[in-house]
Amino acid sequence: MPQVIRLVGLSWPGIARSGRSFLTRWDEFDHPRRSRHDRYPAGAAREAGDLLSIPGSILGTRVLRTEDPRFLTTGGVYTEDVQDERLSGACHVFFARSPVAHARITRIDLSAVTAAPGVVAAFAGADLADLPEIRRAACPEMSRRVIATDTVRYVGEPVAIVVTEDPYQGEDALELVDVDYDPLPAVASIDAALAGETLLFPEAGSNIALTFGSEADLDPALFEGCEVVVTATIENQRLAPAPMETRAAAAAWDAGGRLTAWIPNQGAQGTRSSLARMLGIGEQQVRVITPDVGGAFGAKFGADPEHVAVAWVARRLGRPARWSETRQENLLGMTHGRAQRQTVTIGGSRDGTVSAYRLEIIQDSGAYPRIGAVLPELTILMAPGPYAIPRAEAIARSVVTTTTPVGAYRGAGRPEATAALERAMDLFAAEAGVDPAEVRRKNLLPPFTEPHRTAFGALYDCGDYGRALELALKAAGYQELRDEQAARRQRGDPVQLGIGLSSYVEITGMGDGEESPPQENATVEVHPDGTATILTGTSPHGQGHATAWAMLASDQLGIPVDKITVQWGDTDLVPEGGGTGGSRSLQQGGAAVRQAAMELVEIARERAADALEASAADLRFDRSKSSFAVAGDPAAAVSLAELAGRERLVVRTVFTAPGATFPFGTHVAVAEVDTETGKAWLRRMVTVDDAGNVLNPLLAEGQRHGGIAQGAAQALCEEFAYDPDGNPLTATLADYPFLSATEVPSFELADMATPTSYNPLGAKGIGEAGSIGATPAVQNAVIDALSHLGVRHIDMPLSPQRVWRAIQRAIQEAADEG
Amino acid sequence: MIPAPFEYAAAGSSGEALDLLARYGEDAKLLAGGHSLVPMMKLRLAAPSALVDIGRAADLAGVREDDGELVIGAVTTHAEVAASRLVRSRAPLLAHAAARIGDPQIRHRGTIGGSLAHADPAADLPMALLALDGSVELRSPRGTRVVPGGEFFTGYFETALAPDELLTAVRIPAAAGIAWGYQKFVRRANDWAIVGVAACGGRIALANMGPTPLRATAAERALADGASAAEAAELAADGTEPGEDLHADRDYRRHLARVLTRRALEGQSG
Amino acid sequence: MRVELTVNGTARSDDVEPRLLLVHYLRERCGLRAANVGCDTTSCGACTVLLDGKSVKSCTVLAVQAAGRSVTTAEGLGTPERLHPVQAAFRAEHGLQCGFCTPGMVMAAVGLLSEHPHPAQLTEAEVREGLEGNFCRCTGYHNIVRAVLSAAAQLDGAAS
Repeated sequence: MPQVIRLVGLSWPGIARSGRSFLTRWDEFDHPRRSRHDRYPAGAAREAGDLLSIPGSILGTRVLRTEDPRFLTTGGVYTEDVQDERLSGACHVFFARSPVAHARITRIDLSAVTAAPGVVAAFAGADLADLPEIRRAACPEMSRRVIATDTVRYVGEPVAIVVTEDPYQGEDALELVDVDYDPLPAVASIDAALAGETLLFPEAGSNIALTFGSEADLDPALFEGCEVVVTATIENQRLAPAPMETRAAAAAWDAGGRLTAWIPNQGAQGTRSSLARMLGIGEQQVRVITPDVGGAFGAKFGADPEHVAVAWVARRLGRPARWSETRQENLLGMTHGRAQRQTVTIGGSRDGTVSAYRLEIIQDSGAYPRIGAVLPELTILMAPGPYAIPRAEAIARSVVTTTTPVGAYRGAGRPEATAALERAMDLFAAEAGVDPAEVRRKNLLPPFTEPHRTAFGALYDCGDYGRALELALKAAGYQELRDEQAARRQRGDPVQLGIGLSSYVEITGMGDGEESPPQENATVEVHPDGTATILTGTSPHGQGHATAWAMLASDQLGIPVDKITVQWGDTDLVPEGGGTGGSRSLQQGGAAVRQAAMELVEIARERAADALEASAADLRFDRSKSSFAVAGDPAAAVSLAELAGRERLVVRTVFTAPGATFPFGTHVAVAEVDTETGKAWLRRMVTVDDAGNVLNPLLAEGQRHGGIAQGAAQALCEEFAYDPDGNPLTATLADYPFLSATEVPSFELADMATPTSYNPLGAKGIGEAGSIGATPAVQNAVIDALSHLGVRHIDMPLSPQRVWRAIQRAIQEAADEG
Repeated sequence: MIPAPFEYAAAGSSGEALDLLARYGEDAKLLAGGHSLVPMMKLRLAAPSALVDIGRAADLAGVREDDGELVIGAVTTHAEVAASRLVRSRAPLLAHAAARIGDPQIRHRGTIGGSLAHADPAADLPMALLALDGSVELRSPRGTRVVPGGEFFTGYFETALAPDELLTAVRIPAAAGIAWGYQKFVRRANDWAIVGVAACGGRIALANMGPTPLRATAAERALADGASAAEAAELAADGTEPGEDLHADRDYRRHLARVLTRRALEGQSG
Repeated sequence: MRVELTVNGTARSDDVEPRLLLVHYLRERCGLRAANVGCDTTSCGACTVLLDGKSVKSCTVLAVQAAGRSVTTAEGLGTPERLHPVQAAFRAEHGLQCGFCTPGMVMAAVGLLSEHPHPAQLTEAEVREGLEGNFCRCTGYHNIVRAVLSAAAQLDGAAS
């Protein structure tokens, strides 16, 4: 157990240190708050038993998705597909975007545009002066406008709006937008930002947006007594989330001045708030409708300036407006992910025991700080991972650069923590001369069922990290793999084999402080025709909630899954909700659906008792008939549907979780490297991802597969790159190395389910775990394939050139020493 | 994403195509499968005023043998070349190269004539043409001429085609039974080659080692002088000045050329 | 100019700009919006349809190039009540999540299977190569491959 606890506080430049730091919020879990519904008492699930494996129940079974027949034939209805009478006669919005990374706009001339065929209107930034500035309270000088007025700070920043009658006229008209730029020096890298020669926001005084602790907080003696100390600087490179559906919006204002906006998003309620705030109007004046969403991965939360601009155009022109971005705009304009530089230092003894770990982060926030600027907080929180490291510390700084703003991307801050830690574990193992599996085995926290508070203040709900490790190693055939590796090394085969491990724990279902504990609402209604409707505050974009929530309700109500409709994403229908992200949906939203259905059955019981003139205690609910009957008298029965026919049968409930949950696992990647060319590929991927009980294995496996593929993609090929002048080098899908089916194998998933006591389902969040575990496992595997040559570290992505150079360097160093 | 406006006419034969080209003038371009040209037009890197569609010109289709040479009509798709029994038996390297272009959908539309006329130095067919000692038939109002592959590619995306000239067919000397090798080094499936090597009958052609597909002449001479595959391959990058990009700098490209040449000479196809 | 072609078995005649992309013709003129636009560089395959039975990326085909030809889209392959075996296999194997790439992926798979004389002999590697023109961000391809192999076994020997 930790002997020295070092908590690192947070600070904001220019603002006095506040007592309400992120870390103290976790203490509130010791003092549950009372709200309309009590927070679910952690531990109660243990008494409830394993709900997801009751014989005869559909919970825990592979129910096929009810959504699919539509998606497979007529296709999903994404925002660009929406046909609605409120949008008839819509004009089409296009954005002229800056071709330079950093410049003053000295002149903008839209006269040629407005004269072009089909152009309805054209606007420059000055025309949108009625819209408020977009700023973060923590770094108010680093603000922007919806459309840039005098300064652009990233290639792709919108500088003008062009509106046409027909979509094909838009690109023609854009070519006529005439802008003069007076270039300023680019600040296209973390180094350039820290050097501070050019400031993106002179009034801010530096390019540092936020800090989380400082070097003064670090203990210079942290590694005292360590026999082995290794330090390395690691790049967790910038990525483009690139969901298959790009961003889009459609907007229409009614005669009363109320906006209806169709936007692909991850939570209509949050999007409504963002839109309202950026338009400078009240939330009740905005209705957000969420069509089908073609993937999001963290980048479709809230609203972007372009969404606001579309709404503004519709209001200004008094007619509906639509926008759909090209892929190039998407790669430049949608927030990017990751983008951390990490310095890790790890120390311990030669037997493989780790005593100390330090993580120093510099976060590239892009040009305007968004959520990416604060994600290092989560990286810090999860820095020690699943290990019992006695002394650990972490600090971070977020800097601005003349690049696309950075936001959340699958894992949002936690993959970065695991990537740093798992690289550090392998570096330490190599230096100490201990097998990487053994190092992990030695240092993992022992199993625990009661919540465990880490030195960094996170309250892990339950975990059995050692078992996940052993299960993964066994499934992979670890010893046989090491044998094959040894044989190839002995023979000097040109294609070498590497085995990479990563043991991880991650945080899902976080709340957002005292004001918003982790919770979600659900409304369940049974109709007189025997069907049912669920309203949920979650916001699926591929996760299958329409089926999963129907399963949970069906299990309680006895109504078949295909007779249950799930609705979400329309703020008039569901005014409150937390959306879908951070892997929160099942443990909060699903739990709420189950709770609502149970409450509905109890209300129905009272009504049935009246209807049947019996006492409630004498009634039995028969799920197979969705009916109450008097015990011993089956003829005296009434169904939920019949009760609904007499009086509306509907319940709304809020499920409040005691806190975040912590799924965990181990990934074992097997990579091969062609040492003659440097090309590396993934041969096998074996994972254990324990997210507690599994509601629908089909859906859970799908989430794991998708996460693993994205995680492997980061290690092997993806990177959003800029040149030193801030010009993007990977702004099309031909240049941005998006994974195809030939770059990954089929995955081998081993199952382990350690139920959480934090909700009746015993479920944690699975959506991001795959990407968190996979990235460092794959990176470690490729490096491991070359460790006999002396290679110790290679930054991601592991492109052939990079790998080949690492081999050459290692060979050269060995020759120099020899 | 959307091309600039243009006029369009479909030609039923190569003669009709030439007439249409003459009518539309210098800013007109030929359209076969459109999978080299249309992507450029969508990005507005090309904006021809008119397109003359030869995709269904009857005299530009088909694969036949003519006096020991394979003659492949310009609008034969990559999928057709890859599947053609004639091509697979007479010039298996060509069928193999065609099967490696892009992805199945692209191969259903892209044509051999279009690809060669586009002259991307990183593409598969220009390199294959050189390795097979092939030539192209060009037709203009002034008549027909045959240009050897080595003289056809004149610069970066530039060919010997005159503005009013049409590539009508590709001629490949029979290479049945001759050992060949093909190496296309990519990071990811449907990428263009970072470096490519095609070897056949003592000829070694390189893709993406310069502004045009190249012959590795030093390596060829060594082979002719009796050097082994490994020895000859060491000279594969001699005389080349490859470009640099995100995937590869000059040194790495040269290294790849040597490794891939050795593998191609050893008969490996990938 | 006028273009005449057959879409999902129905003959059509429309006035189009030469630059109208086939994908937009299908979506806007025919109201068939299953095919989606996912990129600008003929990379992603979300727009894949069959043109005279062969899979093509409809974002890189001009509508006028399809004159006199026959186009099949996902809508023409099956209906929610009667899924084509490939569509049914995608559902059975959970080969779709957000669905954006799905119609294109299904049409590419149908094309792939139709070109193999004995689809049941297709290997996993051949399926992955056959789908290299179709990107998916959600599934990691694992279940898509399973779906195509499953459909291949069912369709053995038969054309699509």
